[in-house]
Amino acid sequence: MMGMTMTQKILAAHAGLDQVEAGQLIEADLDLVLGNDITSPVAIKEMEKMNVDGVFHKDKIALVPDHFVPNKDIKSAEHCKCVREFARRNEITNYFEVGQMGIEHALLPEKGLTVAGDVIIGADSHTCTYGALGAFSTGVGSTDMAAGMATGKAWFKVPSAIRFNLIGKPSQWVSGKDVILHIIGMIGVDGALYKSMEFVGEGIQNLTMDDRFTIANMAIEAGGKNGIFPVDDLAISYMKEHSVREFRIYEADEDAVYDEEYTIDLSALRPTVAFPHLPENTRTIDEITEDIQIDQVVIGSCTNGRLEDLRIAARVLDGRHVAEGIRCIVIPATQAVYLQAMEEGLLKTFIEAGAVVSTPTCGPCLGGYMGILAEGERCVSTTNRNFVGRMGHVNSEVYLASPAVAAASAVAGKIACPCQL
Amino acid sequence: MKAAKGLVFKYGDNVDTDVIIPARYLNSSDPAELATHCMEDIDREFVHKVKKGDIIVATKNFGCGSSREHAPLAIKAAGVSCVIAQTFARIFYRNAINIGLPIIECPEAAAGIDAGDEVEVNFDTGVITDVTKQTSYQGQAFPEFMQKIIAAEGLVNYINQK
Repeated sequence: MMGMTMTQKILAAHAGLDQVEAGQLIEADLDLVLGNDITSPVAIKEMEKMNVDGVFHKDKIALVPDHFVPNKDIKSAEHCKCVREFARRNEITNYFEVGQMGIEHALLPEKGLTVAGDVIIGADSHTCTYGALGAFSTGVGSTDMAAGMATGKAWFKVPSAIRFNLIGKPSQWVSGKDVILHIIGMIGVDGALYKSMEFVGEGIQNLTMDDRFTIANMAIEAGGKNGIFPVDDLAISYMKEHSVREFRIYEADEDAVYDEEYTIDLSALRPTVAFPHLPENTRTIDEITEDIQIDQVVIGSCTNGRLEDLRIAARVLDGRHVAEGIRCIVIPATQAVYLQAMEEGLLKTFIEAGAVVSTPTCGPCLGGYMGILAEGERCVSTTNRNFVGRMGHVNSEVYLASPAVAAASAVAGKIACPCQL
Repeated sequence: MKAAKGLVFKYGDNVDTDVIIPARYLNSSDPAELATHCMEDIDREFVHKVKKGDIIVATKNFGCGSSREHAPLAIKAAGVSCVIAQTFARIFYRNAINIGLPIIECPEAAAGIDAGDEVEVNFDTGVITDVTKQTSYQGQAFPEFMQKIIAAEGLVNYINQK
């Protein structure tokens, strides 16, 4: 028998098989099916065309309006209404209304809905985030979401894997964002196409849970099917703190086969920025020799809107002020993050520094609302994509960076590292 | 399965879902409305020029980025009969099949076919013929069950038929 990767073991268990191999088509049982206000209306419409009575399990579906909420316009309001009414009609347990909601990929782990060993699909590409807890989770479209809600199953082609062996300890101002941008810069935006990205090695103990969520979150930006971490004491204590669900730990076999293997020394990494218009266009802060003047900074999103991200940004902004003419928008990812940031005084720091603080929303990340760029404008953003027109005008630019670099750039008015302030 | 035939719109690497259908239009989920903005941020002329049956050809990682099914829906509703690429991003690949938009991976065709060429695709055999250049390529034919989903015009009909 050939050894299996973490991902392959989880998929095999959910397909009722002892063994699977890369390339095999399987049908797997789902532990959770997720959708948001953009993708769920399409899924609901598709599900209504199916000859089914209702959803497969009212506790195993999560509906999170987060992209264009609080409703940005009438059409968005209609979409949210459609999701709300579907949730009521089907008695969906995990529907999160404005006031309880957060950005889906920050919210679900916090609510304890995602644990190690799960198979999760979500109609949002960043569903791969939950791999940080040792789950198999992957983004799908609305029709797959509809079929998942109706049947509790999805078909998968079993992926092969790339192994990233992380060693060492990141230096000051280097975080999970720099790790994943470095990796995407190294392998490219299709470097892990159709594959699992398995992050292993002793360096993981030097990464916080929020770092790991950020890294798994951006596996899709390398084309990956999923990103996944082994489950260690830190992940276990996170799950025990947030969830009552039982979790199951799957470890890769020692003879598991990988398409490629990389060793990454975290201590050698530097704050990293992805230039327009692809996440693979990375440069370290030391390689940026010219002044890159900016107009806006966004600190938030499913990638970097968690508590630790805000703590780092506040540490940089404390006692300083956003440069004249720069808009700095801070978006806590969930209500719990918002509340904790308030209690710790982080929000006060942001406001005194001249930033604005928004209710949780995906808004600006995908150019929806709440921070759209005009022609020719530049933004340093802790989000995950810098495609053409991603945050607004087709001739605007997004530079992806960590919360530390984003906050420092807001102060400097140009791309900067806290060490340069 | 039926074949596709039409004129080619050609694009490069990493055509992402944000340029296929920008998020500023995602407050709608109506395919016909989405189609009026299809490819807007990469090719403003596309919606004015595209005719029913036309084919999109691109190089690597077509459809990367978001999971929005609105992207293949917009392409299909714009009248495109097939997308040929060197490689597809995986979520786009699934979505296209699930909504019944034929797509086919063929690096040689992606490299050899030019904008404006007339191209024919046989989905049963995976053979792609550039009628203009009088050349043909062997693309990857779909596994049988994917052919059935596409022939049923999508996963929902396929599940209902089962």
